Amino acid sequence: MNKDKTKQKKVRFKSLVIEGTKYRTHFTRKFENRKPWIPENPLHILSFIPGMILKVFVSEGQKVREGQDLLILEAMKMKNRIKSPLDGKIKAVNVKEGEKVPRDLLLIELDVATE
Amino acid sequence: MPLKRKIKELQKRRQEVLLGGGEKAIEKQIAMGKLTARERIRKILDDDSFHEYDLFVEHEARDFNMDKKILHGDGVIIGTGTIYGEPVCIFAQDFTVAGGSLGMMHARKITKIMDHALKMRMPLIGINDSGGARIQEGVNSLAGYGEIFFRNTLSSGVIPQISVILGPCAGGAVYSPALTDFVFVVDKISKMFITGPEVIKTVLGEEITMEDLGGAHVHSEISGNAHFYAESEEECFEQIKKLITFIPRNNMQKPRTFETREPKSDYQIEKIVQGDPTQPYDVRDVVRAIVDDSDFFEIQEKWARNLVIGFGRMGGRTVGFVCNQPLVLAGVLDVDSSDKAARFIRYCDAFNIPIVTLVDLPGYLPGADQEHAGVIRHGAKVLYAYSEATVPKMTVILRKAYGGGYIAMSSRHLRADFVFAWPTAEIAVMGPEGAANIIFRKEISEAKDPDKMRKQKVKEYKEKFANPYVAAAKGYIDSVIEPEETRKLLLHAIEVSASKAISGPKKKHGVPPF
Repeated sequence: MNKDKTKQKKVRFKSLVIEGTKYRTHFTRKFENRKPWIPENPLHILSFIPGMILKVFVSEGQKVREGQDLLILEAMKMKNRIKSPLDGKIKAVNVKEGEKVPRDLLLIELDVATE
Repeated sequence: MPLKRKIKELQKRRQEVLLGGGEKAIEKQIAMGKLTARERIRKILDDDSFHEYDLFVEHEARDFNMDKKILHGDGVIIGTGTIYGEPVCIFAQDFTVAGGSLGMMHARKITKIMDHALKMRMPLIGINDSGGARIQEGVNSLAGYGEIFFRNTLSSGVIPQISVILGPCAGGAVYSPALTDFVFVVDKISKMFITGPEVIKTVLGEEITMEDLGGAHVHSEISGNAHFYAESEEECFEQIKKLITFIPRNNMQKPRTFETREPKSDYQIEKIVQGDPTQPYDVRDVVRAIVDDSDFFEIQEKWARNLVIGFGRMGGRTVGFVCNQPLVLAGVLDVDSSDKAARFIRYCDAFNIPIVTLVDLPGYLPGADQEHAGVIRHGAKVLYAYSEATVPKMTVILRKAYGGGYIAMSSRHLRADFVFAWPTAEIAVMGPEGAANIIFRKEISEAKDPDKMRKQKVKEYKEKFANPYVAAAKGYIDSVIEPEETRKLLLHAIEVSASKAISGPKKKHGVPPF
């Protein structure tokens, strides 16, 4: 028992705050790897699924209308048409046709229409 | 003369079939670091207790030249035997025969032993080691899986069902283990997944190894699909045998009782637990301090470690333990630990095993990830499981029991039969810091020195409410006890609740937040 205690003293605990109280404790790997929440940016078009860019319809500087096709992302044998969520301008196209993309990759950046 | 010849013929036929896929295939199986299906059965069951059925079953596939192939026993061995004298039904898929693939007759053998187990009300052990559906048998193979899943569900809560993953178990096949009570995995041998690495690569372009996708570590640490993890098949078999000693044969019986043994003196509660509720300790040592022989058989040891579940014996009788673990994440409830607790509570309730709950939690884990993962829905399972359970429920509040966490952890309000609290217990609507900040917000913000005022108010609140006596005054807890009295009082509680009989309103079944 005493041996265990000296061992325990060497263990580094972390602190977890709940309702203002600090607790000394260990973390789990899952807890440490949790992803912080980031608010969605409507100007960033991300790949919602890993796949392949079949077609890119727009280019940098081009004006687009809400609902206009931006590109086709092929995944799970489905051709997904990615549409513009708003009226605006293409700030950057980060992918090429035929490119394989992972999930949550920034495909296209938009600018809000200024007129 | 003809009689002897006929017996000889039987012996010859047996000899042939007993070799399964033949010597070459057996060599391959051993080279993979695996035991053969027959060896596994022999090692799990008592010596010479195995009686095999359907040794001479043959497959009925006719397409793709299958009619010319002989598959001994159709790739699965079924039968009955005993473990420490307790009867069990068992099946083991034989990877040496067509990769243990599941065809119609293979499935029929499994369902035959499942039907037998349910009819005879005895535990079922299934050893999975199979490449999956036998593609040549097409939809008949799918039908086979469906028939197995249906029986798993029908038997759930009636007989204990144990799945042992000793090889691949992929695709639809994984759902039979998932429907059973306990899943055993072995390092480097077990592989479970719905879609394999090849499919993931072609469809999603992601590369992942079988081990990283669905190995023993994954299911015992990350997914929570497995309940027991072992380094070797032999260790796994010892775990299975030990489990059998804790559980009853079926839902109409109680687990076997053993001789009472005192806990080992190495475990002294007052040396394990510190009075300050922010300091960690290993709650498993508290369990060891109160169970017979300090023998605690933990379940899902590596997954959702902020909550501990498992079996121990008190006075020789099996008890299920559900404990917050202050050593990990301060013992909070979250999505995974709620799932872990709820399923185990329902298992104990179904199989007449009293539940002892050791409470020490600050509440629920805060965070957008938890909320978005449905901590409401998952947390509700704990409330549901405790409320629904009619087995004797004993609760010991060791230290903090705040807010919703207090209610969820087998409180009086969910019909715990006995609620004990240590003098270190703090039963309150929330932690003292949080509560004082809300109640005395005005005083604190208007004070000349808000920090000093906050500290003073927290202290005041602590003195008044951070104790077991407010709840004791309302009868929400039955007794405030000295930690050293815990075993004695739990033994008493288990003794006097042995004849507990209550029943709720009549219903077909509830609608738990699955």
